Formats: sequence, structure tokens, C-alpha cells
Amino acid sequence: MADVPKSEELAKIDHSLPPWQGWMDTPTEIREGIACYGVAPKNTEVVGFPNPRQWSPFDEDWKLPENWKEIVLEGLRERIERFRSLKIFMDICVRCGACADKCHFFIGSGDPKNMPVLRAELLRSVYRKEFTTAGKIMGRFAGARELTYDVLKEWWSYFFQCTECRRCSVFCPYGIDTAEITIIGRELLNLLGLNIDWIGGPVANCYRTGNHLGIQPHAYKDMMDFFVDETEEITGVKVEPSFNRKGAEILFITPSGDVFADPGTYTCMGYLILFHYLQSLGLDITWSTYASEGGNFGFFTSHDMAKRLNSKMYAEAKRLGVKWILGGECGHMWRVINQYMDTFNGPADFLEEPVSPITGTKFENAKSTKMVHITEFTADLIKHGKLKLDPSRNDNLVVTFHDSCNTARGMGLLDEPRYIIENVCNNFYEMPENTIREQTFCCGAGSGLNAGEDMELRMRGGLPRANAVKHVHERHGVNMLACVCAIDRAVFPDLMQYWVPEVDVTGVHELVANALILDGEKERTTNLRNEPLPGMEIEEEE
Amino acid sequence: MNFVLSIVVSFSAVMGLVLIPLVGVWALDLRTFFGTVIPYVTLLVFFLGLIARVIGWSRSPVPFRIPTTAGQQKSLPWIKQNKIDNPSSTLGVIGRMVFEVLAFRSLFRNTRMEFRDGPRIGYEWEKWLWLFALAFHYSFLVVVIRHLRFFTEPIPAFVTLVEQLDGFMQLGAAPLPGFMLPGVMLSGLVLLGAVSLLLLRRLWVTQVRYISLPADYFPLFLIIGIAFTGVLMRYLLKVDVINVKELTLGLVSFQPKTPEGIGVLFYVHLFLVSVLLAYFPFSKLVHFAGIFLSPTRNLSNNNRMLRHVNPWDYPVKVHTYDAYEDEFREKMIEAGLPVERMPEQPPEQAAETQQQGEKD
Repeated sequence: MADVPKSEELAKIDHSLPPWQGWMDTPTEIREGIACYGVAPKNTEVVGFPNPRQWSPFDEDWKLPENWKEIVLEGLRERIERFRSLKIFMDICVRCGACADKCHFFIGSGDPKNMPVLRAELLRSVYRKEFTTAGKIMGRFAGARELTYDVLKEWWSYFFQCTECRRCSVFCPYGIDTAEITIIGRELLNLLGLNIDWIGGPVANCYRTGNHLGIQPHAYKDMMDFFVDETEEITGVKVEPSFNRKGAEILFITPSGDVFADPGTYTCMGYLILFHYLQSLGLDITWSTYASEGGNFGFFTSHDMAKRLNSKMYAEAKRLGVKWILGGECGHMWRVINQYMDTFNGPADFLEEPVSPITGTKFENAKSTKMVHITEFTADLIKHGKLKLDPSRNDNLVVTFHDSCNTARGMGLLDEPRYIIENVCNNFYEMPENTIREQTFCCGAGSGLNAGEDMELRMRGGLPRANAVKHVHERHGVNMLACVCAIDRAVFPDLMQYWVPEVDVTGVHELVANALILDGEKERTTNLRNEPLPGMEIEEEE
Repeated sequence: MNFVLSIVVSFSAVMGLVLIPLVGVWALDLRTFFGTVIPYVTLLVFFLGLIARVIGWSRSPVPFRIPTTAGQQKSLPWIKQNKIDNPSSTLGVIGRMVFEVLAFRSLFRNTRMEFRDGPRIGYEWEKWLWLFALAFHYSFLVVVIRHLRFFTEPIPAFVTLVEQLDGFMQLGAAPLPGFMLPGVMLSGLVLLGAVSLLLLRRLWVTQVRYISLPADYFPLFLIIGIAFTGVLMRYLLKVDVINVKELTLGLVSFQPKTPEGIGVLFYVHLFLVSVLLAYFPFSKLVHFAGIFLSPTRNLSNNNRMLRHVNPWDYPVKVHTYDAYEDEFREKMIEAGLPVERMPEQPPEQAAETQQQGEKD
């Protein structure tokens, strides 16, 4: 992990911009702490991506094929013909600047090329040069420039300093979506084998083992067995999850991060406890080791790769013969499910319209894709009074909720998790309104940027979010940041440690499981983290 | 390129454009050319260019349904959906587009980031852009409608009505009655004011100054030129309106005439408008048409309810369950996980499985 300056140092951010030097004349520096490592050849080869070789973004020579420029420009032409979004977004920006200070990376770095409008101009300038008459004739006066090696490196640098969070798109009067620009920009870079290893590795792993950590089926099962023991120790109840079970009614798919890293593991235990509770009410659910990844790192390389990885969900549902799919807490997983999956790999006509086996609620909003978000599922259970809850078990927590970018701006899942939190916790406070719901700030490490070597970038990008958490921490004593995203759970602990060390991180279903009163449970003295429950601290000591 | 150069270049370009009709009409007396040929040609360029643009955009398909959702989705019946900002029906999309196009809803969300020591990051009130933009676009619209009086005979009632509304200020507000004849039309002055404010904002806000291209200053200067010459003609250096109307009516009836006695200022005005028309389809000004086709705004978020089809979809290589099980079958059996086929496989395949196992 690169050395990160102390938070007091990093907080001195200069947002003033060079008055005389234009951005096209400002060279790009690829530097440690901001840039991620280049993708390793073995990871490129597994999925058959172009140009596998050992390379480093910090080297002068990126070992590109000789005709790299041709490849990129042909790729761009093809994508302009395929994506109306790209074509329109290349043409209609008026540079009003409404997006400029909306990006968490600009706020946290002061680097002008992190203003969404400039990130797009990096690509637009080349588009003008190659595809517009004005650009060809007037060159820089029309905002056009040649695609050079340095421009390519600039693209790489800034398309991997964007988390595809879409916050700018909310403020743009034309809905220009930098995520779309970055997605396609990365697709172009991918044609030359210019991805980062933290994306390339998980993609290769997902492809082969079904999950981004590369956990093989037996190890996955081992980890789940460990959770079974843990939950039994804490609750006195033995949960019995099933795997790859044919004939189950529902297939459950969640990000694999929750199976292997704290604090996501507690969320995973939360699912196990909830499903066990619901078993006697008629829930018939199975997990899968083949489709053991909800997240889709393929989405951070190309549309094709996203489709290739996503295919496993329907394939597994079909093989097991389930009726519908339930999806766990995850961010970009849900952007893909909500806006791409049915188009990628549908129609899912072998599945049935999802109906909750416990409440009978038809999830009409998922009638074609046949995949329901677990907070939709759980909120419905609570609304129907199907869960016995003791929210006071979470009384040691003062909770705030972080909307994940993708579920907020690529779906609109805003009130479901809030409804759940308000029913399982007694202390809940919102962050300021400009930092939540559709205006939520990214964790700073989405879209595959949650590597170790770019820690400075992550701390910078996460600053606006952390600052809002700090605000409610100081005002209301908030000590727990709840979220519905596995990447959030993986990256927030570092971010909080850095900016607001008093605040910890949890998934929503960890809170649910803490409050859930199971039949036959022993007197619960600790929460899922083995910390004493409120009121139990003294007994612990005795 | 720094902003000074951008401004100098675009300002000089507009000044150059002003000189063309001055020289052309004054010195060379090319009235027919500037009064007839140029308007016809540029109008043709405008319409054909715009049509080509829109067709060009429409020829690229929308492979995925990617609305930016800016409110609560439609989910459980008791959760209140934000039907405008996260529409799930065509009606909702129309509502969203109406708010976007007529009221600049997204711009209305704008805030200004304040970075203070601590750090304490604030998001402050900033509606100026929204206000200037709204004033600019609507006053421009009113000015255009008012100009229909030059192209119609008899003048339609709505044009007269707009004129009356536009001129309501002249009754009470004009400080010196009689001085400001003919009646003050608010729209022209608002247009000139708003476009100047947009220019000042572009220079004043450092971020916007930094991202601005000559292509951003040029249309501002051009429109300032148009509005300025228009205001000048109306209030100070009056041109013969009867003759102007003869010319403009001639244009629309395809019996072009260029009557004598129209001041050169009119030709400057007309030429700048012509340039704007011709420039429009090839510049950022096409945002006016593009917004209607923007996939993040004009689609409903009903992705999970209604399958969206990608017209260029093609099959991709996937890693099947069978390939997965072939690789991990023994480990799966050992861990008690169900498998499709028990390992009574042909020897060469068994060897392959083992090889792969060794690689891990």
C-alpha cells in the first residue's frame, strides 16, 4: 500500500485553477497513490482480452501494439454508431459548469481534469478532431486535438479516477452521464490491454470460479460453515443454508465480498439468520457456488464482459429450476441487474414473476427481470409484521445511512433500506440533504478502484462522503454508517479510519439480524460482532 | 489555449462578421446578396443541418435503458414513488422532459461547493446559472415570436398578444414618457442582459472559465451582437420598418425584394442572425434538439418490468456451469456440494481435471 499523507495534510486542497495555462497544455502525471497497477497478463488471458503482457503505468513504455491509434479510433467509431448516449454526449455539452464541483474526485483533489466536464472533454477533443468537420479544420480553436500517446495516458489516468457514480448526471441539464463516458473510455483502453489489475484480477476470478475473490466451491462452503458455527454460538440457533440445491423456490445471489471480509461477513450472517427465521414461514431458498458473485467487475471493463459474467445468474437459476432470484446488498450489481441484465441475458421466461412466499406480495416492479432486491423483500416482510424485532438490541448504535451511487442513481432504491433501518434501530439520523439519496456521494472507490495502491485517491474521493458522516457524528453522535453495498463495506472502514475514526460500518441486514428474535434462541448477550449488546456490558464483566 | 486567447479569437470572429455586411452593403451595395441570398442559404443550412443531426443521432441505437434515477423508484405499493424524477411510465417521462425542457429542473438543483478549513465542505445556494439560463432562453423565445410580425400579414393574434405582454412595462415604468418611443419591449433588453450575464459568469467563475472554449464565447458574442443591433435599431438608429417588412415578407413568399432605404444596421443584424442559423446545427447549440434524445432523461426506469431489447446484441463467450463443475467436481463432492455428474468420466477428461487442479 502506498504511503498516504496524514489526513490533516491531505485536507489542504487547492481548488484554484491555473489562470493562464489551458488544460490541453497541462501534462498529466501518473503518480503513486493515485494510479492503480496495470493488469497482469494471466488475468487478461483467462478471459481472452487483447494484448496480455507485463506492463506498468509508471513506465514510459506501455507496450502497446503498433497500430494502437487505429484500434482506438476504430473502436470509438464503432461505439459512436452503437451508443446514442455517447454520440449525443459528445455533441451537446455547452460547458455550463454545473457538474464541475459535483464530483467527489474534484472536491477531494482539486485536479481540474477531475471535473466531469473535463473528463468528458478528454474524449470529446479527440472525437472532434476525428469525427467533426469543424474540429478537423479549426483544430484547437474548435476544442479538437490529436490522439497522441500522451493523450491516451491522460485518458487512462482520468478514466480510472472516475467511479461511474453518475452524480454529475443528476445536475447536468442534458443528463450527460460521465459514467457512460468512462465506461466507453475504459472499453477503448481495454482494446489495448490497458486495464488495472484490481479489475482484471476479479474479472478473471469471477469468470472461472464464479466470484471475484477466486474462492473455489469447497472454500466457499467452508466459510459458510464457519458462519453457521458463529451464528449458533451467538444466537443458540443452528442455521442450515443449502447450496446449489435443485428445486428450491428462490436462488439467492450476493457479492462474494461479504463472504470473506469484515464487516461484510456480519451482513452475510445476517442473511443466514433471516433466511433461517423465514424457513418455518415457507421460505425455500438456495445459495450457489457457481453464481457466487453478485457484483460484476466485468462492467468496469466492457459491456461484453459485463454480459459474460452476468450470464451466470440466469444460467444458474435455470439449471436449478428456481422460480425467481433474490439479490443481496450491492451497488453496481444492482445497476447491472436493474438496467442491463434483462437486455444482456434475458428474457428470463423460464422463471416466474416473483412473489414473496411469506406475505404473498407480488413484486410487480421486477416482473420481467425476476430479480428482487433484498431490501424490497425485507421491507415488505416488516410492513406485513412478519418479523419479530427488538430494535433496542441496536441501541448502542447511532446510525446514518449511505445511499450507494448505483442503487440511488441507477435504480432509485432509497426508501426501502431506510424503512428497514427505522424498524430495527432506534437511533437513525440522515446526513445533509445534498449528500444523500440521488445526490449521494460515492465511497471514493467504486467501479473497481478499491485497490490498495491507490489509497490516496480513495481517501481524496471519499472525503465528501466522510465529511458528511463527520457532520452527523459531531451533531448527533453517529457511530455507525449503514450501507447496502459490498464495496462500501470493503472500503468505508479505511475511509472512516482516516477521516472519522469514531464511526464503524455495517450492512443493513446485520442490523436486521441483531434485532430479529428467533424461535428458540438463547438469551442474546452479544451482537453478530461478538460485542456485548446494550445492557449486557456489566454481565459480561461478572 | 488560455481564456484570453479564446475570447480574443471569438470576439474578433464576431467583429469580422460585422464587417462583412458593412463592407458588402455600404461599399459594394450587395443588398440582394445580404438581404436575400444569405438568409435563404443559411436557413436551408439550418434546417438541413438540424435534420441531419437528429437523423444522425437517431441512427445510433439505444442498446440499454439507462435513465439517471433522481428519486424513489416504483417498488412496493406503499412506498411513494417519485414519478417525475424516476418515472416508470411514458406519462412520467413526458412530465420529466417537460420540467427539464421548460423549467431546467436539473439546473435548478445546482449548488456551489464551498471548501473551508477543517475541512468542512458546504453546498451553498447557487441558482444564478438557472436564472440567467431561464431568462436568456425565454426572452429569446419571446423575441423570436415578436419577429413573426415581420413575416406575417395579417399578424396573428398570438404575436400581438405576446407583444402586448412584452410591452406592459411602458405604461408605468418608463421614467420619461415619450422619450422611449416606440414602446419598450422587455424581452430584447432581458435577452441582452441575460446573455451578458452568462458571459460574465463564464469569466467570473474560475471553473467555468477554465473549461471554456472559443466555441463557448463565440455564440455569446454573436447573440450579443444580434441583440445589440436589434435594440439599437428599435430605440436609437431607427430603420424604415415598412421597407424591412417588405423585404421579410418577400422572403417568406418566395418573391424576394430588396427595397431601398433600409439602413445598413439592418443588414448587419440580418447577417448575424443568418450566421447563427448556419452555425447552429454544427455547434453545441444543438443541445436544444439533443436534450430530447438524451437516454438518461427520456427513458423510464421500468427496466425490471419491461424487457429492453438491444438491436445489435450478439452472443458472447461464457463460462458454463458444466465447465465450472468439470474443474471443481472432486472438491465439490468432498465438500458435500451436489454435482450434476459423478466422476465416472473418461480417463482423458479426468486427467485434464487433475491437471487443472494442480495449476491452482
